[in-house]
Amino acid sequence: MADTRHNLALRGRELTPGGVHGALMGAVRALAPLAAAIGIALLLHFVIRPWVSGYNEFWGSRVPLDVGINVILAVSLTMVNGFTGQFSLGHAAFMAVGAYSAAGAVYYTSYRLWGDAAMYGGVLSGLSPEGGPLMTGADLLFLGSVLLGGLIAAFCGYLVGLPSLRLRGDYLAIVTLGFGEIVRVLITSQTTDTLYDAEEIAQTPLWELPRYLGGPVGFTGLPFYTSLFWVWLFAVLTLVVAYRLKESTYGRAFLSIREDEIAAEAMGIKTTRYKVRAFVLAAFFAGVAGALYAHTIGVQLSANELGFMKSFDIIIMVVLGGMGSISGAAIAAAILSVLPEFLRSPPGIFSPVMMGLVIASLALVLLFTKRRVRSAVIVLASAAAYEGVRRWAESQGINLADYRMILYALALILMMILRPQGLFGVREIWNAWHVPPLRPRKDEGGKSGTAGKAPTP
Amino acid sequence: MTDSAALAVEALAVTIPTLVLDKFLQTLMDGITVGSLYALIALGYTMVYGILKFINFAHSDVFVLGAWVSFSAAAVAGFIDQDLAAEGVQTAPVAGWVIKTLLGVTVAAGLVGIYEHLVRPRLPKPVCDYCPPVRSAPTLALVAVWGFVAVGLAYAARWVLAISPPAEPSRASFGTLTSGGLILLLAMVTCGLVGFCVERLAYKPLRNAPRLNVLITAIGVSLFLQNLGQTKWMFGTRPDRMATLVPDKTLFTIAGGEGQMGVPIRLVDVLVIGTAIVLMVGLDRLVFHTRIGRAMRAVSFSERNAALMGIDVNKVISFTFVLGAALAAAAGFLMGQKYPGLNQTAAAGWVLLGLKAFVAAVIGGIGNIRGAMLGGLLIGLLEFFGTAYISPELRDVYVFSILILVLLFKPSGLLGKAVTEKV
Repeated sequence: MADTRHNLALRGRELTPGGVHGALMGAVRALAPLAAAIGIALLLHFVIRPWVSGYNEFWGSRVPLDVGINVILAVSLTMVNGFTGQFSLGHAAFMAVGAYSAAGAVYYTSYRLWGDAAMYGGVLSGLSPEGGPLMTGADLLFLGSVLLGGLIAAFCGYLVGLPSLRLRGDYLAIVTLGFGEIVRVLITSQTTDTLYDAEEIAQTPLWELPRYLGGPVGFTGLPFYTSLFWVWLFAVLTLVVAYRLKESTYGRAFLSIREDEIAAEAMGIKTTRYKVRAFVLAAFFAGVAGALYAHTIGVQLSANELGFMKSFDIIIMVVLGGMGSISGAAIAAAILSVLPEFLRSPPGIFSPVMMGLVIASLALVLLFTKRRVRSAVIVLASAAAYEGVRRWAESQGINLADYRMILYALALILMMILRPQGLFGVREIWNAWHVPPLRPRKDEGGKSGTAGKAPTP
Repeated sequence: MTDSAALAVEALAVTIPTLVLDKFLQTLMDGITVGSLYALIALGYTMVYGILKFINFAHSDVFVLGAWVSFSAAAVAGFIDQDLAAEGVQTAPVAGWVIKTLLGVTVAAGLVGIYEHLVRPRLPKPVCDYCPPVRSAPTLALVAVWGFVAVGLAYAARWVLAISPPAEPSRASFGTLTSGGLILLLAMVTCGLVGFCVERLAYKPLRNAPRLNVLITAIGVSLFLQNLGQTKWMFGTRPDRMATLVPDKTLFTIAGGEGQMGVPIRLVDVLVIGTAIVLMVGLDRLVFHTRIGRAMRAVSFSERNAALMGIDVNKVISFTFVLGAALAAAAGFLMGQKYPGLNQTAAAGWVLLGLKAFVAAVIGGIGNIRGAMLGGLLIGLLEFFGTAYISPELRDVYVFSILILVLLFKPSGLLGKAVTEKV
C-alpha cells in the first residue's frame, strides 16, 4: 500500500504547481465539490421546484425528496456492496440509527430552545417556505442533527463492522441482517412514547432523553425540515465522495478487495481494515439519509418501516444499477423511486413524455449499440408491450402500482440470469463518452496520442 | 399472625415451586414444538447449502406457501374454522382453489416449456458443459402429472371427510384425521412442485455464476413468491384463520399435583412433534441409507466428481429442492395447526421466522443434516426460554445474538467441519 500512496503523492506533486498559487489551487480543488453541491441544491430549491410544483402538485412535493434520499442510500451501499464486494443486508438499520438520533436531537432541542417542535426553519427548509431569513437557528440545528445522525450511524457501523467483516459472502450477509433486526427490535422495545410537555422535557436530564424515542408507535410530532435543498446537498456530496473514492488510489484498495481478496491481502492491503472503513463511510451516509427521511413531509418515523425489507429495497437499487457503478446505482434509485408514482397512472405511449422516452432510447440504441436492428426492435416491442399492459390494466381496473413488487422481483431474477452485471456493470455513465485528456500525463505521454504530444522538459 | 394468614403463606410456599416447575415445563414443551418446526425448515436450507453453497432465501416463502396451501385445501375439503363459522364469515371460496391449482400447474409447465424451448438454447453459453442435454417433454409431463396428483389429493381429502364426518365439530373421527393427513401430503406435493419450478427456472441458469448473483436471485425469488401470494388471484392481502383439523383436546396433564395447575399436553403438540420426528427420521434414513441419498452426499462433496461417477447431477439437485420444499410445506401445515392465525404472505413475521430457521441451520453447522435438527431444537428452546425468563420483547434479539456469537467463535457451527480455504 505504501507504494501506491507514494505514487499518488508523486503524481499530485507533478500536476499541481508549487507555491502559494499551488496551495490556492489545491484548496479550490478540495472545496469545488462542496460549492457545486450547494449550487446544484440551491438551483433545485429555488428554480426547479417552483417550476415543477406548478406542473404537478404531488411531484413537486414528495417525489424529488424520495429520489434524493434513495440516491444517497443506494450510492452509500454501493461503497460497501459495489466497491469492496461485501454483501451487507443491514443498511436500513444504519438509516434507522441516523433517523432516530437526528429526530431526537431536533425534537428535544427544539422543545428546550423554543418550547415546542413546530417549524422554525428559514427559506431553505420545508416545502413551502414563505420568505423568511436564509439561515435561522432551526436550520443550523437541523444541519447539525443530520450530521450527528450520520456520525452516530458511522460509529454503529464501526461497532458492527469490526467483528462481522471478518466473515465472508453469505455469512456476512446473514450477520448484517441479524444486526439490522437487533437494532430494529432494540429501538422498538427499549424506548417509550415521546414526551410532549415542555416543562417535563426541560426537567428530564439530557442522558435520559434517548429513552423517549417513540417505541413501538413510532416517533410522532417531528417538524418537516427536509427540503429539496438539504436532500440534494447531501445527495451531490455523496456522489462526489463516491466518485473521488472510486477514482482515487485509496479507493482502488477497495476495488481490489472486491476483485480478489486473497490477492489484495498478498499485495499488503489490510483487507479487514479497508472493509471496516468502507462500512463506516457507508453507514455515515445511510445515517444522513435516515435523518433526512425522518423529517420528510408525510413520513411517520417508525423503526418497523426500516427493517430488512427496506434493506432489500436498497439492495435492489444497487443490483439493478450494477454493483460498483455509482451512476448506475443513482439512476436505478431514481427510477425505482419514481416508478410507483408512475405506475399509479401510467401515461399512454403517444403522450409527449413516453414518445420522448421512446425516441431518446431509440437514438441511444442506434448510436451506441453494436446490433442496431435487433436492439431497435427490442425497444419498439417493449413500447408496444407497455401500451398493451397499460390498456389491459385500464380495462380491468387494476392499479399496476400494487403489482410493482412482483415486477421488481422478476426484473431482479431476469437481470441476474441475462445480465448479471446489472444495468451499467462497473462502468459509469460519464465513461460512455471518451474525452481525451487536455494535458497528457508525463508517465503515459507516449500512449495517449490523440491529444498531441506534450513537450518533455 | 392469624391462622388464615399462616395458611395463606404456607399455601404460597407450596404453590410457588410448583408454578415455577409448571412454567419451566410449559416453556420446554413450547420450545420443543416450535423447535421441531424450525428444524424441519432448517433442513431445506442446509440441504441446498450443502449442495449448491448458497442461501436459498426463497425457502421461507415455500414454507409460507405450505401454510396457505393447506389452509386453502382445508377449505376445499370442507373444514371450517368454528369461531369464524359462528360469526357467519365465509372462508376461502372452495371450488375456485382447485381450478387455481390446475391453472397454476399449466402455467408452470408452460413456463418451463417456453424456457426450455425458447430461452435456454439462446443463452450465451451452455449451462453446464458436462451435463447431458435436458429434454423438456418428460419434464413438462412430470410437472403436469404432479399438478393432477395435487388436485386429486384435494378431492380425496374432501371425499374422506364427506364419508366419515366428525360427530361434533370438536371431535376427531377417521375422516378428519385421514383428511388432515391427505392435506398435509397435498401441501408437501404442491410445494415440492413450487420448489422444482423455482430451481429449474431461476437457479439452474446460474449454476456456474458467482455465488453473490445466486444469492440476489434467491432474494428476487423470495420477493416474487411473497408478492405473488398476495395477489387477489392467490391468497389475498387479508390475514386469515386456519381451520384446526385436530380437535383442541388435552391428552394428559403432567406435574399436576393436588390443587395445582399442571402442564396440559395437547393433542396438537403431540401430533406436531410426532409428525416432525417421523419426517426427520425418514429424511435421515433417506440421506444415509438409500441410493439417492448417497448420490446427494456425493454431489454435496464434489459436483464434478459425482458427475464423472455417472450421477445425474441435475436430477439430484432437483430432488434436493423438492425434498426441502416438501419438508418446509409440512412445517407450514403444522405451524398452521399450532398457531392458526395466518398472516398474509409478504408479512415481515414470516420472513423473520424463516430467518430464524436459517440461523438454526447455521448454528448446527450448515450443510450438516443432523446439525440442522439440533440447531432447530436449540433455537426453539432459546427463543422460548428467553421470552419466558428474560424479556418477551427481545425475542428476536436472542436468536440473532447467538447467531453472531456462533459465527464469530465457531463459524463452522456445532456439528460442522471447519473448511480451510484453498487459493
